[in-house]
Amino acid sequence: MATKNNFVRISAEEFDRNFADLHPPLTGNSAVIEASRCLFCFDAPCTIACPTHIDVPKFIKKIATSNLRGSARTILEANILGASCSKVCPVEVLCEGACVMNHHNEKPIQIALLQRHAMDWAHDHQFQPFVPGKKNGRKVACIGGGPASLACAAELAQLGFAVTIFERKPLAGGLNTYGIAEYKLTPADALREVELVRKLGVRFECGVEIAGEGSGTTGNLITKSALRNFSLQSLKAEFDAIFIGIGLGDTSDLEIPGEHLEGVVDALTFIEDYKTKRTKCKVGRRIAVIGAGNTAIDAATAAVRLGAPEVRMVYRRSEKEMPAFAYEYELAKRDGVIFNWQTQPIKVHGKKSVEKLECVAMRLGKPDKTGRRRPEPVPRSKFSIECDMVIKSLGQTKHNDFLKTIPGLRRSKDGCVLVDQETYQTSNPPFFAGGDCINGGQEVVDAVADGKKAAHGIEAWIRRNG
Amino acid sequence: MADLSITFAKTIKSPNPFWLASAPPTNSGFQVMRAFDAGWGGAVWKTIGEPIVNTTSRYSSIDYNGVRMMGLNNIELISDRPIEDNLREIYEVKKRFPRHAVIASLMVDSKRETWHDIVKRTEDAGADGLELNFGCPHGMSERGMGSAVGQVPEYCEMITGWVKEVARTPVLIKLTPNVTNIALIGRAAKKGGADGLSAINTINSITSVDLNDLTPRPKVSGKSAHGGYCGPAVKPIALNMIHTLCADPEIQIPVSGIGGIATWQDAAEFILLGCTSVQVCTAVMHYGFRIVEDMIDGLSNWMDEKGFKTIDDLRGGSIAKMDDWGNLDLNYKIIAAIDPEKCIGCDLCHIACWDAAHQCIHIEGEGREAPTRDEKESAMNFLAPPAHHPLSVHEPILHTRGITSRYVGLSGNGRQGQAPPPVTALHSSTQDAPPAVRSNRIPRVDEEECVGCNLCWLVCPVEGCITMKEVRTGQPFESWNERVKRLAKSSPA
Repeated sequence: MATKNNFVRISAEEFDRNFADLHPPLTGNSAVIEASRCLFCFDAPCTIACPTHIDVPKFIKKIATSNLRGSARTILEANILGASCSKVCPVEVLCEGACVMNHHNEKPIQIALLQRHAMDWAHDHQFQPFVPGKKNGRKVACIGGGPASLACAAELAQLGFAVTIFERKPLAGGLNTYGIAEYKLTPADALREVELVRKLGVRFECGVEIAGEGSGTTGNLITKSALRNFSLQSLKAEFDAIFIGIGLGDTSDLEIPGEHLEGVVDALTFIEDYKTKRTKCKVGRRIAVIGAGNTAIDAATAAVRLGAPEVRMVYRRSEKEMPAFAYEYELAKRDGVIFNWQTQPIKVHGKKSVEKLECVAMRLGKPDKTGRRRPEPVPRSKFSIECDMVIKSLGQTKHNDFLKTIPGLRRSKDGCVLVDQETYQTSNPPFFAGGDCINGGQEVVDAVADGKKAAHGIEAWIRRNG
Repeated sequence: MADLSITFAKTIKSPNPFWLASAPPTNSGFQVMRAFDAGWGGAVWKTIGEPIVNTTSRYSSIDYNGVRMMGLNNIELISDRPIEDNLREIYEVKKRFPRHAVIASLMVDSKRETWHDIVKRTEDAGADGLELNFGCPHGMSERGMGSAVGQVPEYCEMITGWVKEVARTPVLIKLTPNVTNIALIGRAAKKGGADGLSAINTINSITSVDLNDLTPRPKVSGKSAHGGYCGPAVKPIALNMIHTLCADPEIQIPVSGIGGIATWQDAAEFILLGCTSVQVCTAVMHYGFRIVEDMIDGLSNWMDEKGFKTIDDLRGGSIAKMDDWGNLDLNYKIIAAIDPEKCIGCDLCHIACWDAAHQCIHIEGEGREAPTRDEKESAMNFLAPPAHHPLSVHEPILHTRGITSRYVGLSGNGRQGQAPPPVTALHSSTQDAPPAVRSNRIPRVDEEECVGCNLCWLVCPVEGCITMKEVRTGQPFESWNERVKRLAKSSPA
């Protein structure tokens, strides 16, 4: 890694400017005008496209009549994380992509900005639309404090359950708090939603890691408030059902020599770092991001905005195969990120810290079983990229060590927890699951939809079993 | 190029039919000269009379879907400037713009001598004509002027007669729409000797109520008074009244059309229903005098396209196309046709037809087959919940939710005919938008049941998507009036 003097550092003002909201909010009248463009489709495609099925035309028409209270309630009834979803949803492929205006050669209704308009109102007015349900004496634990658990807990709390969320990190919110590009969502935004859930009577145990079943250890007690023994066994004894919303694990390894040199970091750690330490985050001058997914883009654009003069993305396939959304790619291009397509890193060089990344050029061979053409090395094409920081972003691993301790918990070949598609119940009855740990990594809105449906699965299962 | 110049009531000449209405934009010589510089052909001066005192505020408006001032309301009175000032400025304007029309709007107490005096003084100042304000519905009417005169045919005739005793220039009577039958007032004006009519003045209105303090608008220190309503919202009401006046065989004097005119199209419509000139206020209050540029250009281009050489060529051209309902053809039939290429799948036509018309536009698929006639007539059947697809809930269908699940709603949702897109579609950098699935949202018109009401076509947001096409019924023209006669003949006396 760069020597201490080699780090770039931006001022607090530059940080604020560089990470300012990507999509500034609508003002009052522009929201009314935009809302009035909505055709109010019958059985609207936008609502169908939303995994949480927010009644989009309904909340938009309420904005048009300045009924922001009703609008906010409509959104939050369907999606308790309506505020963060309005900022992080890939709406181009969801609601806005489904808008009939696309067939009309017109810009789709700006659903995300309108939703945000109503959510901003809700925040400004400390709107708490829901109340806890009448206590039914049953208890549910949610493991993981991210979107899936928050949605599950909010729903259960309204149904009268006593819900406790267990979160490993000091703050709840999951990737919403720690893992989303700052120009899309700030930790403060994410924590507001956590508060909304807390106000429903949901307990949060943060800084707590749950020990796997039969591991013989108790969980890591990090906080002082957590006084009890947090093992899976103890949870099973205390709670009627357990929702697993643990998301995914660490970033996958590069599996190349030099990977453990100082200066090789994984993308999510890097993102968490700059979001929590802000200008004090260590950023090199010449950065290679390995991978080309949406998280890789978040890391690359953040590096640029943190002041790194040279940021490149290294991807073994071509531009056509890159998994990032088109608008994310556009953002990276606008930020001046360099792209090394069809480039496979084979070794990280450096005495103590990263000095260069040795790569080999790739070309497309025959399609593999996913239908994508398998990249293969071009003979005698080795070259090196000078860099002082390598950010790896090759997707996340599964929490295998934890999940395999739950007896009879069936998982797919690639490690995703298998659930009943209606009830979200796993093959081990008191356990339900949702979010990234069942889908391998999708959007916040998918996790919310899972959590909400799992809550109803839990309620039905508990009711049926007395 | 079409000749837009007009002659109103034989002597009032104007380079085009676009006049400013008597209102705030014609409050002073300064404004009227600016307007003539901008292209306006004439101006009816803000009503001159004994200067009044106004309130603040004076205006309020109705916005529609974010568009400002669809309708404007005012409680402003006539000119608050001394009569001499107004008359001096009329003289100056005429001197500088001899070929433009300057008409003085007048309102004084209902006394013969008072009217004689103001008419003489105004004509001495050089006005090309006079417009008697018998239309103002607020404030002045409480003092026995304005619409208080215009609502009583006898007063209208009497005062018109007084003015005509001394007037040397054409006398126009400005009519109020706040009457049961405007033709009666128009006839009274004609009997009194009027040379022309101006219509409509503003409509009595309360614009809105402030839901915070419960005060109607416009507000004057916590209270409001009814005001005069104008702007685009009133145009259809004005057009109907214009037609009533222009088609009345007892009236037949030139009419200057007023009421929501903002574009050349509006102007053309007023002229086609019989107007010789048109007057504009709200649009100028919204955008300024410059709007006349496109009014002149647009009208001229359209006339060239249609082959009209002069305003007289098109004046009244649509009057013959209006008739009583009883004379319309009962055997004419149109039905809706939806162009599947243009349909964007909003399905507003479907829900409008189902909820508000005749239940003959259907979306088929997903258990939403069109109801049969029997079903429609049987409320029990019709309201029965739709059959759901059986779901094997307790059969443990264990799966990982694949990427295609996000398309369940879009492509499937039980609807037929669309396979989920390939998995790569979502993450392809070149194709982020969901696949087009219009096809299973395109509604079908039941042509047997369609009554041709136009509602679907009116709600459709896509130009040219729904057309109303004529169906040959094979039956000859027959109106209601004719049918009544025929049935009377055929039934035994």
